Amino acid sequence: MIALLAEVPYWGQSLLRVLGGLVAVLLPAGTIVYVFLFKMMSFMQSRLGPMEAGPYGSMQLFAEVGKWLQKEDIVPDRADARIFKMAPVIVLVSTFLLVVVVPFGPEAWFTDFETGVFYALAVSSISVLGILIAGWSSANKYSLLGGLRAAGQLIAYELPMVLAVMGVVIQAGTMNLQKIVVAQNTGSMFGIDAIGHPYVISQFFGFIIFMIAIQAELTQAPFDMPIAESELVSGYMTEYSGFRFLIFFIGEFATAGVFAMIASVLFLGGWGVPFTWFGWTSVDDVANWMNFVGPLIMFTKMMLLVFIIMWIRFSYPRLREDQLQRFAWKGLIPVALINIMVTAILKVVF
Amino acid sequence: MIAQNIGFWIIAIVMIVAALRVVTTNNVVHAALWLVVVLAGAAAQYILLAAEFVAVTQVLVYIGAVMVLFLFGTMLTRARIGTESDLNNSYKKLGIPVGLVMFVAMGLALISSFGDEKLPQTATVVSTQEISDQIFGPYLLPFWALSVVLLAAVVGAIVLARKD
Repeated sequence: MIALLAEVPYWGQSLLRVLGGLVAVLLPAGTIVYVFLFKMMSFMQSRLGPMEAGPYGSMQLFAEVGKWLQKEDIVPDRADARIFKMAPVIVLVSTFLLVVVVPFGPEAWFTDFETGVFYALAVSSISVLGILIAGWSSANKYSLLGGLRAAGQLIAYELPMVLAVMGVVIQAGTMNLQKIVVAQNTGSMFGIDAIGHPYVISQFFGFIIFMIAIQAELTQAPFDMPIAESELVSGYMTEYSGFRFLIFFIGEFATAGVFAMIASVLFLGGWGVPFTWFGWTSVDDVANWMNFVGPLIMFTKMMLLVFIIMWIRFSYPRLREDQLQRFAWKGLIPVALINIMVTAILKVVF
Repeated sequence: MIAQNIGFWIIAIVMIVAALRVVTTNNVVHAALWLVVVLAGAAAQYILLAAEFVAVTQVLVYIGAVMVLFLFGTMLTRARIGTESDLNNSYKKLGIPVGLVMFVAMGLALISSFGDEKLPQTATVVSTQEISDQIFGPYLLPFWALSVVLLAAVVGAIVLARKD
């Protein structure tokens, strides 16, 4: 992006970055909601889903957004109004901060952050804060319980997520997401250059742990205890309506998209194709058109991963609260630690 | 350099106001959220100093973990909505002289060790790799000692929390 925008003044670059960030967050979110939440879930339940608004109901989302925006902005009488209004914004801001480090092409990135993975894990934990204070400030015991459940769950699953990422960082030798993409696409596997070296193969356990952990971080079923509708009405979102609920809703699916992008960068080679296909040897050789094709490749990989997340979401029943905690602390974390040890030993040996 | 100075002063003033609100506000959760502002301000100052690894660690450890656990604990036990009158205890008056003594001592320590000395303008950006080389090279022993201290704290927490 730097080379493409060299002549654009600083304020213009900043404006383009903000617009790019909006597109990178909202476009996947809208696509995920329509393709998976509206259509795939309907087909899995033998129904058609929305059909009226636009061809095959493709304009349904705009109708829903219009509906939410018209609704009254209700704040409960005894709620802590200022914090109640602030909470959804914190959740959405954390998503926007997250997309900043994702690379979309050889030069199509927002910022080339040296500690990219670390930064992504850090800012994703800010959303917990928003969820906690949303639950507390609603002055509703169901909301508070939902908020506490969410906090306990997100803390428990952040740990295996960090540990799973560690294996990738050891293999790539860098925390920069762009360099992780390059390392996967320039590497070779079993002596074959044609497939590159996607870490989904050599870090298979890391990939599985990471996908389970983001399923829980996104509070998608079977890990949806914080909003368990049969127990807690709607958890921390119970008292929210109108556009504040809309912000939570966008935040949920936008974060799903961004996490899937990060997973595709870490394990599936991100925006790239194996560089040997076109005879490139390093990131400087990559042709300029990859800046436009790269985001599309990235989007395809993201949709594939979100498909897996949603498939599991629509297929499995909810776990119990204690099962959830035991699964994280006694199952995922030990496996992730063993994965790190084995990766480190193999890295030193080879 | 002037832009960084303006940024420093804006963040510093926000941090001071937020720090004062931490001790003057009448609600436990509000105090914790003002503390989040102070800690985020510290992270922003690290970014201004081009220490991105430290800044990200600050966000991950203090905002993502410590403050979340803090809020979690207060919400589980006592966190009413609205103002609480019994948040100050009789040690409040003792706190002011202690704070002043700390401020003077740290100010004197800074002035005596640096004085009018100016840091070089061409700040070198230390990469994360160099930090890890330092930690696992010359500073390995202190690092190990800290790890043992943390391990002892973890074991202690488990011992305290066990019922049998």
